[in-house]
Amino acid sequence: MSKDDYGVKIPRASTVPSVGSEAQLRAHLAALSGVDAAGAEARAAKLATRSIKKSTKLAAIDLAISMVDLTTLEGADTPGRVSSLCAKALRPDPRDLTVPSVAAVCVYPDLVAHARSVLAASPVAVASVATAFPSGRASFNVKLLDVHEAVVAGANEIDMVIDRGAFLSGRLGQVFDEVVAVKEACGEAHLKVILETGELVTYDNVRRASWLAMLAGADFIKTSTGKVAVSATTPVALVMLEAVRDFAETTGRIVGVKVAGGIRNTKDAMKYLVLVNETVGSTWLTPDLFRFGASSLLNDLLMQRLKQRRGAYVRPDGFSGD
Amino acid sequence: MTEKKLANSQLGSLEYDPAPESASIARLKPSYGLFIGGSFSDPSKHEQFVTLNPANEEVLATVAQASAGDVDAAVAAARHAYETAWSKTTGAERSKYLFRIARLIQERARELAVVETLDNGKPIRESRDVDVPLAAAHFFYYAGWADKLDHAGFGADPRPIGVAGQIIPWNFPLLMAAWKLAPALAAGNTCVLKPAETTPLSALILAEILQQADLPPGVVNIVTGNGTTGAALVDHPGVDKIAFTGSTNVGRLIQQRVASSQKRLTLELGGKGANIVFEDAPIDEMIEGIIDGIFFNQGHVCCAGSRLLVQESIADEVLRRLVRRVEQLRVGDPMDKNTDVGAINSAAQLARIQELTAFGEREGATRYTSSCVLPEKGYWFAPTIFADVSQSHRIAREEIFGPVLSVLTFRTPEEAVAKANNTNYGLACGVWSEKGSRTLWVAQRLRAGVIWANTYNRFDPTSPFGGVRESGFGREGGRHGLEAYLNV
Repeated sequence: MSKDDYGVKIPRASTVPSVGSEAQLRAHLAALSGVDAAGAEARAAKLATRSIKKSTKLAAIDLAISMVDLTTLEGADTPGRVSSLCAKALRPDPRDLTVPSVAAVCVYPDLVAHARSVLAASPVAVASVATAFPSGRASFNVKLLDVHEAVVAGANEIDMVIDRGAFLSGRLGQVFDEVVAVKEACGEAHLKVILETGELVTYDNVRRASWLAMLAGADFIKTSTGKVAVSATTPVALVMLEAVRDFAETTGRIVGVKVAGGIRNTKDAMKYLVLVNETVGSTWLTPDLFRFGASSLLNDLLMQRLKQRRGAYVRPDGFSGD
Repeated sequence: MTEKKLANSQLGSLEYDPAPESASIARLKPSYGLFIGGSFSDPSKHEQFVTLNPANEEVLATVAQASAGDVDAAVAAARHAYETAWSKTTGAERSKYLFRIARLIQERARELAVVETLDNGKPIRESRDVDVPLAAAHFFYYAGWADKLDHAGFGADPRPIGVAGQIIPWNFPLLMAAWKLAPALAAGNTCVLKPAETTPLSALILAEILQQADLPPGVVNIVTGNGTTGAALVDHPGVDKIAFTGSTNVGRLIQQRVASSQKRLTLELGGKGANIVFEDAPIDEMIEGIIDGIFFNQGHVCCAGSRLLVQESIADEVLRRLVRRVEQLRVGDPMDKNTDVGAINSAAQLARIQELTAFGEREGATRYTSSCVLPEKGYWFAPTIFADVSQSHRIAREEIFGPVLSVLTFRTPEEAVAKANNTNYGLACGVWSEKGSRTLWVAQRLRAGVIWANTYNRFDPTSPFGGVRESGFGREGGRHGLEAYLNV
């Protein structure tokens, strides 16, 4: 065996099984291995003790910045606030042009057109939440229209929510069909499927929902909306990373992971990067396949970046508020 | 999707810069005397031997070789302390001393972790997160028992035994000292402790802590040395009880030597633990459990899950994932906070591991060895898995005490139980399944002192630990651990 064979083996041809019926889907999900909660939490906690220092830290901070979906999802959002967010996304630290741009800005559908016009032809993507975010409680047609309008307004990425009520009550076919339909409505746009793991509660559910979303065509699976009490946690991210790894090894299709909600500082971000590094490896260590949905995280990353270079902290007010 | 993305994904491609803990935190002295009667003797009065850092073969310090006369002095000090002080001390008073020791271990945790890693070769992450916190936890736990012995289930006012001679191994030097001392002191005994020849230093730091705690002189005495010191302690007529943790061969010798005496004896010996994996096990956590079961502490664990019994239907998948995971283990400088597997404790142990693994290849097992780069100096052995092992192979029967896993397969629960029990040892087993009824069915039929379900190598002071058959007798930890030090 060569060193290369020890990693995650991804077959060249993509062979995602087609799901013909709810019974077939149910059988697929039931065949997945269970998750031992104590074991998963212990593994995540152990990886959290990795010590990231010096040049590794600098490289990891820049990587994390490039993976941020800079997010504002408030009722009080304004075009002005979104403009400011877009400026920050393009040049997170205007004094230092070596800081990479973030991956995307994430806004409500009505602000997509504005964000798109500010970002113009830059590589920073516009992501929009849709499908009656954050609750997912709307009729199927309303959800599809929500997606369609965001795509027409110029969204490159759609963050949809699954119907947790349907999933938890066992209507798996309904959840599956919705993801398939939304994926179709997305057209060229990338689809991130929000599982809202805080409402799924068990790791077994997280694993099954991850597979359901991937089988239905998700480009990304995402932990949370950030709007419920429990958002991303490291054990949940671990279970989802294991799911994308096993899915890639079985089907050849590579799905990304986005962790969102509650990730506020560099230390947290480093923990997630370690999880990615040691669970799925090099392929996923790119903004194409791993994202942080966050707002305040970016400023802490910038602050730690300067600290690593200058040896002293800059006061938080040294960075713009958005 | 780009071509690059279709390539296999390399795990651990984000290189971690070295994150070494500072060796100066250890504050080691150049030489140590013996701790007898509450003070350290002058090192120059004893023959000295060196203790090495197994990761680079550098000398850490010289340590006194206790003679038969020194052991005699230590036992006399323990007897004097027992009769004049400790047996007259109330349980509540003893409890206060134990709490104080526990807190001092916590206060000096970083120093103890560094000393342990330097002397033993285990990764600093393990000494920091496992050895030292568990050692403190043992003192805390037995501190709670000291004034409640009436309620321990051994009748009213159970009495201590007297002077305990305690001989501990090199794999968890500080933790084993805590396992021995805490229950003995809580029950009202005094102790003479002999640390292992290759790892005496953390016990000597513990001696400093006992001084700091104002423990009455002679209640604990620490005599360093080789096997002759241990033999002198075992043979000493003034010792009422011997507690030994170590190899089955030495345990057998000790049992012979105390057979004609009044001495009580508890033995915690070797093992060849079976980790039994059913096809419905939670696979990701199970892989971690197998890895932790055999590579924790370089496999220098008496209860290590050194035999993997895997159900035939998932054998290939489990082996593939195990090999991938082994390749990911970070082997190297034990002082680096990101190291997973450290150095083998001694040249002698390394030779034993090399001998047995060479046999494994000769007997026809398939060998997978991590491609990690080993340091040039020091004692190192790359994590290794043997597949296609059969029951008759030496690597399936003998305790290797190193980072070497033997993989066997089974088809039915009956076969799994039969294979797991087909050993002279009986210390620990693991059962992995999501089906509780089967786990219990298997657990009831396993001949082992400890059985873990869906986990492995978890220790807690409240839980009794010990073996059956050639893994020894007597229990340490929990209420059961008091029995070994009470006249019941």
